[in-house]
Amino acid sequence: MKKQFLTGHQIVTQACIDAGAKHMFGYPITPGTEILTNWIDAAQTNPELTQLQTEDEIAAGFAVCGAVMAGNKAFTATAGPGTVLMQDAMSMADGMRLPVVVIIAQRGGPSSGTVIYSQQEVNLAIHGGNGEGMRIVYSPSTVEELYTHTRKVFNAAWKYRFPSVLLTDGFLLKTTQDVELSFDTKNEKGDITIFEQNKKQHIRNIYTVEEELYEELQRQKKDFDKMALEITESEEYKIEDADIVIISHGIVGAAAKAAIDILRESGISVGLFRPITLSPFPTDALNTLAGRVKKFVIIESSMGQLRDLVKQELDTSIAIKIDGLYKPAVGISVEEIVEKINLISK
Amino acid sequence: MTAISTFCPGCGQPAILRVMHGILKEKKVEEKAVLGLDIGCSLLAWDYLPINTFQTHHGRVVATMVGYKKAKPDSVSIAYAGDGGAYAIGFQSLLWAAIRDEPVTVIVNNNAVYAMTGGQTAPTTMIGQKTSTSPAGSDQMPVNGPELIRNLNKDAYIARTTMTDMKELKGHLEKAFEAQAQGHFSLVEVLSFCPTNWKVMGAELRAYVERMQETFPLGTF
Ligand SMILES: Cc1ncc(C[n+]2csc(CCOP(=O)(O)OP(=O)(O)O)c2C)c(N)n1
Ligand code: SF4
Ligand SMILES: [Mg+2]
Repeated sequence: MKKQFLTGHQIVTQACIDAGAKHMFGYPITPGTEILTNWIDAAQTNPELTQLQTEDEIAAGFAVCGAVMAGNKAFTATAGPGTVLMQDAMSMADGMRLPVVVIIAQRGGPSSGTVIYSQQEVNLAIHGGNGEGMRIVYSPSTVEELYTHTRKVFNAAWKYRFPSVLLTDGFLLKTTQDVELSFDTKNEKGDITIFEQNKKQHIRNIYTVEEELYEELQRQKKDFDKMALEITESEEYKIEDADIVIISHGIVGAAAKAAIDILRESGISVGLFRPITLSPFPTDALNTLAGRVKKFVIIESSMGQLRDLVKQELDTSIAIKIDGLYKPAVGISVEEIVEKINLISK
Repeated sequence: MTAISTFCPGCGQPAILRVMHGILKEKKVEEKAVLGLDIGCSLLAWDYLPINTFQTHHGRVVATMVGYKKAKPDSVSIAYAGDGGAYAIGFQSLLWAAIRDEPVTVIVNNNAVYAMTGGQTAPTTMIGQKTSTSPAGSDQMPVNGPELIRNLNKDAYIARTTMTDMKELKGHLEKAFEAQAQGHFSLVEVLSFCPTNWKVMGAELRAYVERMQETFPLGTF
């Protein structure tokens, strides 16, 4: 594989094409717009790709629902207020188990907030619907992972039929870098058509009897837990002898790694636990670690959305100290992380 | 395979659906047909006809069928919605599907109320009509969907008809499907009985629809 000089947006777009996506429906919003424009550029010369700039994110999301029900891979990309509107369609995808793929380019919130960066859309990505949040959410930390995780998101969506999200941000998407795009897993088949010629389907998302919905949700939960055993992923970095373990996801995870290398040089035994799938969460790996190390330091560009996920998953019989650096909607530098850990380990 | 109707006795909607299905059968496109349902009493049709059918969300059926049609251009994509789903919560998507001339067929069941939720004011509630949210009688201008949409798309097939005249209804639906086959948007609004929320029965139902025609004239636009 030869290296290419690409932006994060270009990498994600290419990954969607390579994953076998045929349709994109989208509404422009910074910092995700370039995925739409890059896709439209690609569609100019590739007759297999179609696109539609819809009237809003609601229509984009439901058009994706329609396209996947017809059996084709389709996706949208959105951010911030658009991620809020997208919940309507994502909730239908939750209820009907539709392999809808959404690329979320997090920006600062609430409201219109800021337009480039945050890690504040974790809750929306996982729990934005009017149900339990049985969604698959990947959080890439490098441009290489933008590619591999987008491919994984499509595969997971079509294999397990849960709506699936690539949760990223404008910093990573706007990064331009030499990158080798490689992914050696085969694409899941996209042509599993709900509506086959001879098999008439009647599909609902509303139930008249409470027990019917209850049973459907039990089935979904069973499938979700089974799926979780197969795809849950996390990265552990220099944790073998660590007293302190930083927990970060996405781009902050990459900064934490660089900080750990610096801290290790001054003799501080610190490591990193980075959930790659925020949903399903790597609960077992987290708890194994919690039983072994002295302290978790959660570092994220939100007021504590990752912390809440961690606390929710933590085995309550384990007593572990939790410290944190919470900086909603601003980037976190390597130096800040070094300083924070230095302060703690004094 | 057709299930028993769960619509109220005397409801206009099953008649519309049966006429629609008759055409699909006659034209031998049952296999290619897919019926998307808005949430409203339309949702009751989810297992009513022996064709592929799915529910969507309130106001979202048109956007969903636009996506479906993109993925399956040779399908007959039908969006079936109530007046509230079409002209209130889903109005934006409906207008834009018309503006872009999306090749889908929208059937709007106009019963002048929000029926599923118990008879509140709809975009098609008529001046003076009493509903649970307009107890003194509505003073809101009713939405004339077909007339409005005509101005947005010169190639679309746009009509208003009534389920009290099956022949007319059939003719308009046939032309709507033809328009879809030609690559154009089509919309047929159908005036339709809701005995439960109108609280009228028998011959009075027809009289009610006749009165509706003063606000909602029939024909092509
Ligand atoms: C987002 C959302 N808001 C509100 C509702 C509640 N709701 C269900 S059906 C309906 C009105 C239906 O009226 P109409 O579209 O005219 O269909 P009808 O029942 O009259 O056939 C409403 C408000 C809903 N399901 N979803
Ligand atoms: S409430 Fe009205 S529209 Fe709904 S099923 Fe009954 S009669 Fe039909
Ligand atoms: Mg109605």
